[in-house]
Order: sequence, then C-alpha cells, then structure tokens
Amino acid sequence: MNNFGFSRANDVADAVRQIAADPGAKFIAGGTNLIDLIKEHVARPSRLIDITHLPLAKVEETRDGGLRIGALVPNSDLAHHPQIEARYPLLGSAILAGASQQLRNMASTGGNLLQRTRCLYFYDTTTPCNKREPGSGCSAIHGINRMHAILGTSEHCIATHPSDMCVALSVLEARVLVSGSGGERSIAFADFHRLPGDAPHLDSNLRADEIITAIELPPKGFARNYTYLKIRDRLSYAFALVSVAAGLELDDDTIRDARFALGGVAHKPWRNTAAEAQLRGARATSESFARAADTVLRDARGFGHNDFKIELARRAIVRALTQAARGTPQSQADKRIR
Amino acid sequence: MADSSAAATALLQPPGKMTVTLHVNGVERRLTIAPWTTLLDALRLYLDLTGTKKGCDHGQCGACTVLVEGRRINSCLTLAVMKDGAQITTVEGLAQGNTLHPLQQAFIDHDAFQCGYCTPGQICSAVGLIAEGRARTADDIRELMSGNICRCGAYTNIVAAIEEVMFGKAGQSERAP
Repeated sequence: MNNFGFSRANDVADAVRQIAADPGAKFIAGGTNLIDLIKEHVARPSRLIDITHLPLAKVEETRDGGLRIGALVPNSDLAHHPQIEARYPLLGSAILAGASQQLRNMASTGGNLLQRTRCLYFYDTTTPCNKREPGSGCSAIHGINRMHAILGTSEHCIATHPSDMCVALSVLEARVLVSGSGGERSIAFADFHRLPGDAPHLDSNLRADEIITAIELPPKGFARNYTYLKIRDRLSYAFALVSVAAGLELDDDTIRDARFALGGVAHKPWRNTAAEAQLRGARATSESFARAADTVLRDARGFGHNDFKIELARRAIVRALTQAARGTPQSQADKRIR
Repeated sequence: MADSSAAATALLQPPGKMTVTLHVNGVERRLTIAPWTTLLDALRLYLDLTGTKKGCDHGQCGACTVLVEGRRINSCLTLAVMKDGAQITTVEGLAQGNTLHPLQQAFIDHDAFQCGYCTPGQICSAVGLIAEGRARTADDIRELMSGNICRCGAYTNIVAAIEEVMFGKAGQSERAP
C-alpha cells in the first residue's frame, strides 16, 4: 500500500469539510474493496478519512411508511433486520447472495454502492484501462471478456457493476441520500450509477465532496412475489455472470405490477421499464416472461467470450419471473434452482 | 503565503505513525504503527501472534479470519488504526488453559484439515458462525463458511466438525470465544 495519512471524521459536516479540503483523500468505512484497491495500487489515496464513528448505523421507518437505512449499517445486519426480512425480503436475499459472511460483516450499506468493478484489467495496472487511467484504452473489448457487460456498453468500457444488493435496490426504487458542500440531496437509484459512455472513470453521479448518509426504501416491498436469482461459476462467494431481481404484484394470474433488474450484465443494475410495462395486465405465463426478456435483450451485444450471457440472461429472466409468480423465491443456502 | 508554505511542508513529511490500543485475547496491547498497517500484519508482525495466517491478503481465502467484538471479519482488509479499543479474538485466544475450544477438538476428532494453513481461519470463522445462530442445516453451514477456502479439500470433515459442535454437543457451543 502507498503511504497515506489518516484522520477520523467526527460528524457528517466534518467529513464533508475534510474531503473537500483534500482532493486526494477517500472515505473509508468497511474497507473491503478500498483496502484491496490500495494494495493493488489501483487506488492511491493521500489520506483515508475514517467515517465509521458517524451516527449513520440506524434503520428507521420513514413518515411515508418506508424505511431509511443508515449508510453504515453492515450488510449482514441489514440482511437479517426484522423489517427487511418481513417487508423487503428481496433486498435481504440479494445481500446474502453476495460475498462471504466475513465480508458482509464488514461492508457498509453506502460502501456497497461505491464498490468498483472487478474487471481484471481494471485491477491489472500493467494494462490499459479507461476506468483506471482515462484515455489509455480498454483491454477488455478485445481481451478476456467472459465476465463483462452485454448491455449499455461503450467503445471505452465494457465493465460491469459487481453489486448484488444494488440490483435489488434498483427494483425497490430506493433513493440515495447524500450530503456535501452544496447541502443535502436525494438521488433516485436509477440516476445514481452511470453508464460508461466516454467517461468510464466515473462510476456514479456522487460528487467528489459528497458522502452517502442513507438509503431510503419506498413502502412497496414485493414481499409476497419476489426472487433474487444469481447465476455464477461456483455456487457461493463468486460474482454474478447474470443475476435477476424480480418483484411482482398479482391478481390471480394477472400481473398488476412488475419490476425486474439484471446484475452482472452492465455498468449499473439494468432495468427496462418498457419490458415491465409489457408485463402489466398480462398473464403470468412463461410466454409473457419470454416476451419481456426479448425486449430487455433486443439491444444486447456480446464481445466474444461473453456472448453466452445473452441467452443465459434470457433464461434467467424467465426463470426468475416464474419463481416470483409462484411465490417460491430462490434459496441462497441450498442453491438448487427450481 | 504562510498557508501555502505550511501546506508544502506538510506534503514533504511522511504521514506519521499512530498509537492504537487493541484488546487481543483479553490482553491490552498498545502499538505505534503506520496507518496502512492491516490488522493482520499488526497481529503477526508486531504482536507475534502468528496463528492467524496470511493466505491471499485480498479477502478471498479467509485464512486471516479473526473475531472483532465477537464478529468474524477478514483481518487482511482491516486497518489496525480503525480498531482502536476493540476486543479481538484470534485462534490463540480460543483454548482455556490446556482445554481446547470444542471446535478445535472437533477439528482434530474429525480430521478436518490436512496441511492446516487454513485451519485457524476456519475455526475462528466457525466460532463466528455459531455465535450468529443462523445456520440450521449442513447446507447453511456450507454456504455460511464459503468465505474460508481449504485448498487441501477437507470440506466434508470441516462441515462434520462444525455440525458436531452445533448439533451434537449443543451445550459446548454456547461457550463464548
């Protein structure tokens, strides 16, 4: 690791002051991704600002009947929080599909959103990477790209966002509360992460002097008909090749409301509201689900090694929507896909 | 002018060492260390507690698993300066005198290791697993122990050892680390 300074933030205003005064500094909470990036010399912070003592570790009900999750709530605590288990089991399931228990014990809610891609070229400082070094080129487009994106890519970057939790937050239409030099603001989840475009070094629209303070969930949790289906190379402790978070509201076998998002296929959790609209009013059949999958994947493009992800995503969408409709969510323990 | 020269001086000085107090296996230990020292390196290099192993050093193998405030974490991805005042339990802190922790005994009884390099992490992780109280089945144990890799492939016997402590001799599993 490079030699960095270290300080502790006393409150949110102090954290914002400290980061605004030192453009090379970074906040640290769980550290599960940042420490690794520093060890690999991908991140070389001048200073780490320890935010773990800020009072942001509570889960509270909001006035509109939703839930506010403090940015420092550990992933493992959140997954097993009684309100999450009862009202937002999709979120708990997605969290438990990711990482290991040791990492979930460390990782924070806010930090999960800000983890960086696991693209091997991003991590390998001997190769060009537009995300790590803007303008240097993308090694993945013509390289080993089995893990890479099939949707929303650009000629500059085909990296994927690695989070499972964020795929569920996308379906739940969470909001990200942030605080910065310019005050506080609330960002819709769909607007938080970015597509690579011509600036793949920017993962999100969080400004350099802003800190995530909380995630807010609206009241609707799809607790009856949901699933998080994650397809990966080994059954646990691996990043998704393709994952699908799905939530349905049914009236007998007629779909009243439908939301679903994909992980492992794009630079951000991938939602297609046209495909969801197609499902509303339709019958909950595999034919309806296949039509929605076709809409999502119409513009999908593979780069050689990851071509298989297009068909895998199509089948995963149909399977996930079927699991949600049946009320038989994917088990994150025995892993049998039914 | 004074401000900019002060800033220039600050840039020339290497970041200073910091003093941190860790309560390791019930003993208070004070260390003056660089901020980029991981908890793993602090334990192994400065406190001579080499039971905790450095495998991958990237949070992928679990050999460095220790308990902080009773929760299992990867010590290789944790800065020691961020754990000032914390209670830390390593594999050296599990036995009581000459009496092994039930998990240590069960690992021996079930031949749950071959080379043994992952074993301290496996055992600390299993202590955390039992304290969490979420595992009900062998599938749960396998899933919740997936952060600990055993390159010798002793998984079957590791699961059997943990099962014995969790289900077979339930009384013993209640002992805190």
